[in-house]
Amino acid sequence: MDAPMAREVMEYDVVVVGAGPAGLSSAIRLKQLADAAGRELSVCVVEKGSEVGAHILSGAVIEPRALNELLPDWKERGAPLNTPVTEDRFLLLSKHGARKLPTPPQMHNEGNYIVSLGNFCRWLGEQAEALGVEIYPGFAAAEVLFDDLGAVRGIATGDMGLNRDGTPGPNHERGIELHARQTVFSEGCRGSLSKAVMARFDLRHNADPQTYGLGIKELWEIDPAVHERGLTVHTVGWPLASDTYGGSFLYHLEDNLVSIGFVVGLDYSNPHLSPYEEFQRFKTHSEIRRYLEGGRRISYGARALSEGGFQSLPKLSFPGGVLVGDTAGFLNVPKIKGTHMAMKSGMEAADAIFDHLADVPDGSGEVTGYAERLRASWLWDELYQVRNIRPSFRWGLWGGIAYSAIDTYVLRGRAPWTLKNHADHTQLKPASACAPIDYPKPDGKLSFDRLSSVFISATNHAEEQPCHLQLKDSAAPIQINLATYNAPETRYCPAGVYELVEADDGPRMQINAQNCLHCKTCDIKDPTQNINWVTPEGGGGPNYPNM
Amino acid sequence: MKILVPVKRVVDYNVKVRVKADQSGVELANVKMAMNPFDEIAIEEAVRMKEAGVASEVVAVSCGVAQCQETLRTAMAIGADRGILVSTDAELQPLAVAKLLKALCDKESPDLIILGKQAIDDDANQTGQMLAALMNLPQATFASKVTVAEGKVSVMREIDGGLETISMHMPAVITTDLRLNEPRYATLPNIMKAKKKPLETVTPDALGVDVAARLTTVKVLEPAGRSAGVMVADVAQLVDKLKNEAKVI
Ligand SMILES: Cc1cc2nc3c(=O)[nH]c(=O)nc-3n(C[C@H](O)[C@H](O)[C@H](O)COP(=O)(O)OP(=O)(O)OC[C@H]3O[C@@H](n4cnc5c(N)ncnc54)[C@H](O)[C@@H]3O)c2cc1C
Ligand code: SF4
Repeated sequence: MDAPMAREVMEYDVVVVGAGPAGLSSAIRLKQLADAAGRELSVCVVEKGSEVGAHILSGAVIEPRALNELLPDWKERGAPLNTPVTEDRFLLLSKHGARKLPTPPQMHNEGNYIVSLGNFCRWLGEQAEALGVEIYPGFAAAEVLFDDLGAVRGIATGDMGLNRDGTPGPNHERGIELHARQTVFSEGCRGSLSKAVMARFDLRHNADPQTYGLGIKELWEIDPAVHERGLTVHTVGWPLASDTYGGSFLYHLEDNLVSIGFVVGLDYSNPHLSPYEEFQRFKTHSEIRRYLEGGRRISYGARALSEGGFQSLPKLSFPGGVLVGDTAGFLNVPKIKGTHMAMKSGMEAADAIFDHLADVPDGSGEVTGYAERLRASWLWDELYQVRNIRPSFRWGLWGGIAYSAIDTYVLRGRAPWTLKNHADHTQLKPASACAPIDYPKPDGKLSFDRLSSVFISATNHAEEQPCHLQLKDSAAPIQINLATYNAPETRYCPAGVYELVEADDGPRMQINAQNCLHCKTCDIKDPTQNINWVTPEGGGGPNYPNM
Repeated sequence: MKILVPVKRVVDYNVKVRVKADQSGVELANVKMAMNPFDEIAIEEAVRMKEAGVASEVVAVSCGVAQCQETLRTAMAIGADRGILVSTDAELQPLAVAKLLKALCDKESPDLIILGKQAIDDDANQTGQMLAALMNLPQATFASKVTVAEGKVSVMREIDGGLETISMHMPAVITTDLRLNEPRYATLPNIMKAKKKPLETVTPDALGVDVAARLTTVKVLEPAGRSAGVMVADVAQLVDKLKNEAKVI
């Protein structure tokens, strides 16, 4: 191949990668500070989704704490926080029954709102643009750029219009270099550029491995007779085996909508497990189906979330940039809330960057003030207090619940120890050592097959482009994954991207990359870390409405 | 030579549209919107004519809500020189749009008006034809190739079983078919430049056009689900079923 054409360069003070709650809060705070100080500051946000919110998938019950700090007049500005939580229910499911458990304090939701996080981000995006932030949806940050001294100097957007083999197609457009004095990585859970930056600067040196969960969600329009606006229901137990971490959420939004989802800890050990099928059969439980029967499913999607918490936080700054939000791992697992943490971290980063740019003439170097500010903020205390809860579920559902009760009520998060996290991809046992799971067939009313689900996620990728799921070793899917683990990627991928097909010379792993929901699970769970998720052509991926 | 290109903001083609529970229309709240793909082809064609030195100015026009400005910015990122928004929250039907476009053409006097053959939301396939009729201009619909030479425009059209070439005097109206061209990507620098291009806003009132709807939507329904297939034992049974159940032969 010829040497690639040179790229056009554009200069900004700050470039933000990803228009989620973390990135947008950062951009907004930067502009607020600049306005207040009467300083010029250029801020640019790139977003791989076709529009802001297109790739956002969350519960979501949000805690407005960070929002109150960022935009205290959010109500007047028409923020789409329309449904205050009115009641929390916490259920332990068995196959045929349900027992009400006392709601743990972290799951009390007075003062919180049930929202579509995608719509909330659309609104945040408008607030940012009104302040002069430039937002470019449809452009993926595909590459981190470094200066001669090895510091981050921005990102490059991906080429558009490449052929499958990577050569330029007829409509090829070269990507653009966006140079910045500081780059904010706010890619959400398991960001692809964040991953590169963490490796390059060895940011995980003193941290436990990050651990993850996979959240799969559907949006339903249900019978008004059974809709209880403001109600949240969480469940643990059935259908998961008690050694698997996970549970469900069911949130009653406005307009007879219900957001229903299932999260499975990606440290599960049985390779026969399918998070997707667990979710589908969960919906058939009598306690759940009574809400859904007679309703219609509107949308579907999936996204990984960071569960490692405090002990898995990487170093947060490095020369030329910072990590904010879920890509750094700020998520309160017992609360199942990351939005307020994502926003808060973005805001603290903005404050620190703003000071740094004022102090350091060219604005280069490392913004060490960011981590200092975080340590002094409520975010740090909140994350520290709950640090032992998620890891305690290695002792199974009962051990975890018992430990969590003691940790929360007796020790109040001040235990003199910190439980360790282990990398999810090391946790799978050989298929031969685990019991196969027999999942029921979808009924087409409450439960569905994966392809009809992906269909309503409105996912699309330009057909002609290099596969964005890169294998380091093309033989591993058959020789390792199939041989030892019975091809777990064909089950954990919530979009059916990995498909085992019989060829003349034996089975072959086919990658249907055009269906990818950008959940990042394969990048996390592959037993030999053989799969590298990279950004596809900008604008590709799901087009989630109201998720 | 000046080219006017009307562009419509429609539900993105990737979105699976959903009929509202009350059957009054399709759900549009927080749904991804985009430029009608046939209009993108129209803009691309006009911009190529400008790049080839055939046209001197490309003006994009959109009629509808304030967010249509985004559609105009996209048109300008592809290469239109300026945009005009006819701003209204009213429901616009093809005849109203054709009248608005006529009023604008009277002011702008374009030599060519290139429209998409239809919009992918209502699939009406009427606006171009109505505009040509209202303005008493020649028209060539479903263009798959457009060439301008010696003050005339010749348009190749895809018709049943072949191709037809029409030569017209200008001004003229053209509507685009899928194979006319493949629109380019709007690049980041061009999107940035488009933000600075002139965008004028007018109202139907100022153009003296009554946009009131002439048609009423009675009901919008989802297509009926496909019923399960049946296995037939032999040809005789197949013929029998086609005759007596499906009643197609
Ligand atoms: C199923 C589920 C339920 C949840 N429920 C709740 C809840 O009830 N309450 C709560 O508070 N939190 C909840 N969370 C967590 C919450 O959604 C996250 O903490 C939050 O979204 C993190 O925000 P973020 O900005 O860090 O990342 P994200 O929201 O993931 O946003 C990242 C953005 O960056 C974009 N991006 C990524 N990489 C690139 C790139 N290279 N180039 C360009 N753009 C890029 C993405 O497309 C995306 O738009 C839930 C999460 C899940 C998955
Ligand atoms: S291919 Fe990977 S990132 Fe894409 S949907 Fe499947 S598991 Fe998620």
